[in-house]
Formats: sequence, structure tokens, C-alpha cells
Amino acid sequence: MLYAILCYHKEDVVGAWTREEEEACMARLAAVQEDLAREGRLGPVARLLPTTAAASLRMKGDEPLVLDGPFAETKEQLLGFYLVECKDLEEAIDVARRLEIANPGGTHEVRPVGLYSPVPATL
Amino acid sequence: MSELAWIDAALSSARPQALAALLRYFRDLDTAEEAFQNASLRALRNWPRNGPPRDPVAWLVLVGRNAGIDEKRKTGRLTELPPEETISDDGDREAELVATIDEADYRDDVLRLLFVCCHPDLPPTRQIALALRIVSGLPVERIARAFLVGEAAMEQRITRAKAKIASAGVPFAAPDAVERAERLGAVAAMVYLVFNEGYSATGEHVAERSALCDEAIRLGRLLLRMYPAEPEVMGLTALMLLQHARQRARHDAAGQIVLLDDQDRSLWNRGMITEGLALVDKAVRHRAPGPYQAQAAIAALHARAQRPEDTDWKQIDLLYAALERMQPSPVITLNRAVAVAKAHGAEAALALVEPLGDRLGSYFHFHGVRGWLLKQLGRDAEAKDAFDRAISLAGSAAEANQIRIQLDGLQRDAGEREGVDQG
Repeated sequence: MLYAILCYHKEDVVGAWTREEEEACMARLAAVQEDLAREGRLGPVARLLPTTAAASLRMKGDEPLVLDGPFAETKEQLLGFYLVECKDLEEAIDVARRLEIANPGGTHEVRPVGLYSPVPATL
Repeated sequence: MSELAWIDAALSSARPQALAALLRYFRDLDTAEEAFQNASLRALRNWPRNGPPRDPVAWLVLVGRNAGIDEKRKTGRLTELPPEETISDDGDREAELVATIDEADYRDDVLRLLFVCCHPDLPPTRQIALALRIVSGLPVERIARAFLVGEAAMEQRITRAKAKIASAGVPFAAPDAVERAERLGAVAAMVYLVFNEGYSATGEHVAERSALCDEAIRLGRLLLRMYPAEPEVMGLTALMLLQHARQRARHDAAGQIVLLDDQDRSLWNRGMITEGLALVDKAVRHRAPGPYQAQAAIAALHARAQRPEDTDWKQIDLLYAALERMQPSPVITLNRAVAVAKAHGAEAALALVEPLGDRLGSYFHFHGVRGWLLKQLGRDAEAKDAFDRAISLAGSAAEANQIRIQLDGLQRDAGEREGVDQG
């Protein structure tokens, strides 16, 4: 089964990392991802820009209303996600644990994927 | 990352908000700073044991208030809050206490903290030093290094600047909409000063001073998180990201400036460029142009060009013309002339530059650009005069060197022409 592992972290803390800390963390994450890729289990990986770059759309009646900023003001922000093939939740939690060790201080949410279409099915 | 490094990052990112809230509470900068310092020391003891709190800012504010109260209790007005052990152990209690801190106040608190650093009586360099010390919490030693002065001298400057703002009085009443906009404008200008202090570095101090650019970008992002719908704050943050993205390509091994055309664009920081472009894009939707957005849009056009010859100079010319209307200044006209030269030729650019002589006669770049244009028009003798003037006005060895390269080019071209004539 395909799992999405969502990485939440305090983005101002991540933004306060020194360049060395940032590079060290990315290197540790790359090592985890390489292991998963070698086993053929790693799907797309995304690192999102800070929520200051976000805009959110909501309908106000029939009119789309675009608000600057993320969907919700939260203590931790969604900073990125991984798609990983795992045989069960136990295995997915183990991947999340490895990602958390590489990138500590945040929360990794494990969510089973219901539908995945890397290429739109109608094409 | 070690636990200590994580706590360090958490403390420094929480600092502006926590200190700003403590300033509102104690109404005195020194007491607020001491309280924050105290709370940070307790965090270093407490967080490794109990784990980091869910909301470090609230934790630091509560503990800082507690710590500062001993001083203040002499006035007999304040009651003590529970000790910090119970704050982070007891989830319900923490939530309850956090709720007592008005989230909406944070914005005005942080703005106030930044705003007191931009006191108009303080010269720009003092404003910068003060902001770095108070808001960013950089140690005096590091600020002194960035400004190339001794630690004792910097300590004294900061103490005097603090005395100045203390005697001026900190504005504690919540600002109205107009005041808020004015404060935001002043603070944005100060943040850009911090950035430029780092950006203008050359020579052996590049690495130390470029840390100021990182600080300024952090302050920009902080403002943007609090005022997410202000296009000029987006513009300012984008501008700093797009300029700082070129940092590794802007200096050679000896710390000398490498001009935009000669930079190795593969050294540009793609992550910063992506973020900067996204912010420019977001700002444009507001259809409320401003000077920071215009400058960010210019920087964006440079960032989008894979090679120097791909640069959209016509668009840059238009953006400079817009900037001239918003913020008339001969320096902006001079910058525009460079774009005009690239888009429409040196003749048109020189027509723009010549009338600036009255006001920019003692400005290094005026003579540099003028010489560059004259050289392109084959008016070598006049070009040499302009370059000589520029060298005599150069503010640094790097600037003088830039012009010498142009002069060398002039002589080489002349030599080649003579060679052809003789052949």
C-alpha cells in the first residue's frame, strides 16, 4: 500500500538553521531516501516553500476569494511530503521514524493513500 | 542535529515574538531583555529533560514574566505565575495559560520592537546594530565584527542607542491603521538597511557580513508571517532573497566584486530564487505596486535569465521608469541608463546620464557608468577622463579595481586598433 508521510515542523525554527545544519539535515534525509529508492519503494518527494509563499482559495458565494497565507495558522506547518510503498502501517511508521531521526523536532504524519495518479488517467 | 542545536534554533526563532511580548508587559527594554535571557537559561535546563514545549514562544513569555517579576514585585502590583516545571508538564494548564496571551497582540508587539530600533534620531548604522542586538539577539562580538569595530566600541554604541530610545519613550498604545502602516514602512526600510550592510561587503569580510543578509531575510519572513497580505513586505522579502541568491557568485576568491554579466550563474542559489520569484508573483496579484516590488521584479528578471544575453532589458528599463516615478532619484535614473544602454544603445543612455552631472558629480558610479557609455561610443579620451574621475572617488579598493579593469580594456582596444592600422 502507498503511504503519504507528511512532515510538519515549525518553519521559523527550520528557517533559523545555519547553512551547515540545513545541509547536514538534507544529507541525512537523502540517505534515508536512497535506501527507500534502492528498494524501489520511494515515490515522489516534495519540499514546500515556506507558508509565506502560500495563497489559499475559498469560495465566497460564487466568487473565489484568494487569501495570502496558508489554509490555517498552526504551530507547526506542512513543510513537505514523501510517498512510500509499505506493506502495512507498521512499516510506514518505521519509515516515519527514520525520517524523524534524520529531521528531528517536528511531527511526521502517516496517511494511507486512497488514489494516486502520477499521470492523469484520462490521457 | 544535536538537541542543543535544536534548542538554540528554537530560542533564536522565538526571540523576536517572546521579547516583544515581554516588552509590552514590562514596558522597559532592559527588564524585558533580562527576563528573556533568564527564560532562555531555564529553557536550556528544562527542555532537554521535559522535551520542547508545543509553543516555545508562550513558554518563554510565561517563564520570562515569572523571572522578571522578582524585580518588579517591589512595586507590589504583580502576582506570581506557576513555576515553569508545571507549565510544560501539565498540558491543560499550558493551553489555558497560552490562551491568556492574546495572539493578535503579537503582531503589534513585534512591530513595536522593530519600530523602536528605527528611531529617527539614530543614524542608520546605529539602527542596524540595535536591531541585530535586540531583535535578532546576535552577540555584540558578532555585530562588532560585521561593522569592523572593536567589541567595546560596539557595546558602547548599543548602550547609547538604547538610552536614546528609553528617553524617547516606547510607544505602547496599540497603533491605529495609519500608524501601523507608517511603522511597517519604517521597519521595512530598516530591515533593508540591515540587508544592504551585509550586501555591500567586499574583501576579506564578505563571509562575516553576509550573515547580516541572512538575518535581514529572517526579519523579512517574520514581517511577512505577521502581515501576510502586504505586497510591499512580499516585495522586500523577494528582493532580498533574489539578491542574496547571487551571493556565492558575486565575489571572486580575493573578495573582489564580480559584475552581474561575468557571474557564474550556476553558483546562484536556486532555492532562494524560487522562493523570491514565488513572492513576486504573489505580490503582483494585489495590483498595488511599490518600490520594493519594482526592485524585486527587476531582480527577478535577472534571476530568470539563464545567460546574461537572455536578460529582458526592455522590461527592466520599464520597471526602472516606474521606480523613477514612485521614488524620483538621480541614482535610479543612473541605474535605468544601464538598462537603456542594453536595450536601446549607449547613445540614448548617455542622453539620460549627462543631465545628472549636477547632482551626481561626486558619485563614483556616475563616472563609472558615463565612462562605460563613452567607451562604447568610441569616445576613448572622454571615457578615460571619466574613469579617472571614478577612480579618484572610489570608496574601496574593489571599486577602484573595477574601473581599472575598464581602463585596461580601453588601452587594449586602443592597442588593437593601432595594431590593425599598422598592419
